[in-house]
Amino acid sequence: MEMKTIDGIIERHQVEPSALIQILLEIQREYHWLPQPALHEVGRRLQVPMSRIQHVATFYKAFSMVPKGRHRVNICMGTACHVRGASRILETVQEHAGVGPGETDLEHKFSVETVNCIGCCALGPVIDVNGKIHGRLTRAETAGVLERCE
Amino acid sequence: MSTVHLTIDGKDVEAEEGTSLLAAARSAGIPIPTLCHHDKLEALGGCRLCMVEVESRGKTRLVVSCVYTVEKGLTVRTRSAKLERIRKGILELLLAHAPDSPQLAELAREYGADRNRYEPESLFCILCGLCVRYCAEVVGKHAVGFIDRGIRKEISFIPEIAAKECDACKACFPLCPTSYLQAAYVLTGSLVFPDGCSTAFQSSRGPSSP
Repeated sequence: MEMKTIDGIIERHQVEPSALIQILLEIQREYHWLPQPALHEVGRRLQVPMSRIQHVATFYKAFSMVPKGRHRVNICMGTACHVRGASRILETVQEHAGVGPGETDLEHKFSVETVNCIGCCALGPVIDVNGKIHGRLTRAETAGVLERCE
Repeated sequence: MSTVHLTIDGKDVEAEEGTSLLAAARSAGIPIPTLCHHDKLEALGGCRLCMVEVESRGKTRLVVSCVYTVEKGLTVRTRSAKLERIRKGILELLLAHAPDSPQLAELAREYGADRNRYEPESLFCILCGLCVRYCAEVVGKHAVGFIDRGIRKEISFIPEIAAKECDACKACFPLCPTSYLQAAYVLTGSLVFPDGCSTAFQSSRGPSSP
């Protein structure tokens, strides 16, 4: 983590305390999590107390206080995907990544999450890997998608 | 600033514009139970115990009196069968979190709340926010804050600040209606200094701890 990057993000938002969430979102986008030194820097520059930053950072699910893997795998557990076997897809992902929902493996390769609907129910069962939607999946295809991740 | 006339429990009450119903009622000697209210702090409307019935233009509704400002000609009821039921319900839910709080126990006696109505889920904290707000607004140290949300929301000390400031202050301790706060403080101390080598946290530890 480079302080220059953090300072750049803060300055892009005119060091404005009300831009706290936007700044945190950008840090999250950059590093896929919110490193503690970055939060301290944000607090120092914006004159926002650490308790407030921690409250905001733990309130929204978009933020992570622990490092995330290089690949985000979201498995849809919505109704349509559920009836088309989302639990089997989840099982396959768990077997392949070695971690369950809300977890990240030791090599920081995969972060697995379950979500409740991605919005393309006709394609169920659906997973979203790094923003790309994979639909009408079988167990074998799911494993294939994960294998193609470096 | 102009004054406003309103009726609280049949009593004619005069209050400054902008004051809360709670303050107006209390200045007229009408008690309203509260848990998250503190005179020095901005109202939060967190515990909902100070809920009252407000009648205006022929309609009755429930408002939280600590965050509702006085209005001309309002008719307010601080006690009614409905309010008693609501307060009893709130108390029973809070008692599931902090069954041994003396302050809650006293209110429970008054409203006939049953502490065993809900399965106990002892978090010991009822999230009144007194410690968080007192530290931020009066002490100005921001040593304690909320983390997470919904059913996982809890109070958390910022270790870096707590280690420096809390030992000399502890102003928030007597405010806590459940005494959870002390536990959280000691917990933070033991997490940050697992060997118990810091003097900053030692004096707060109970005699029973190793």
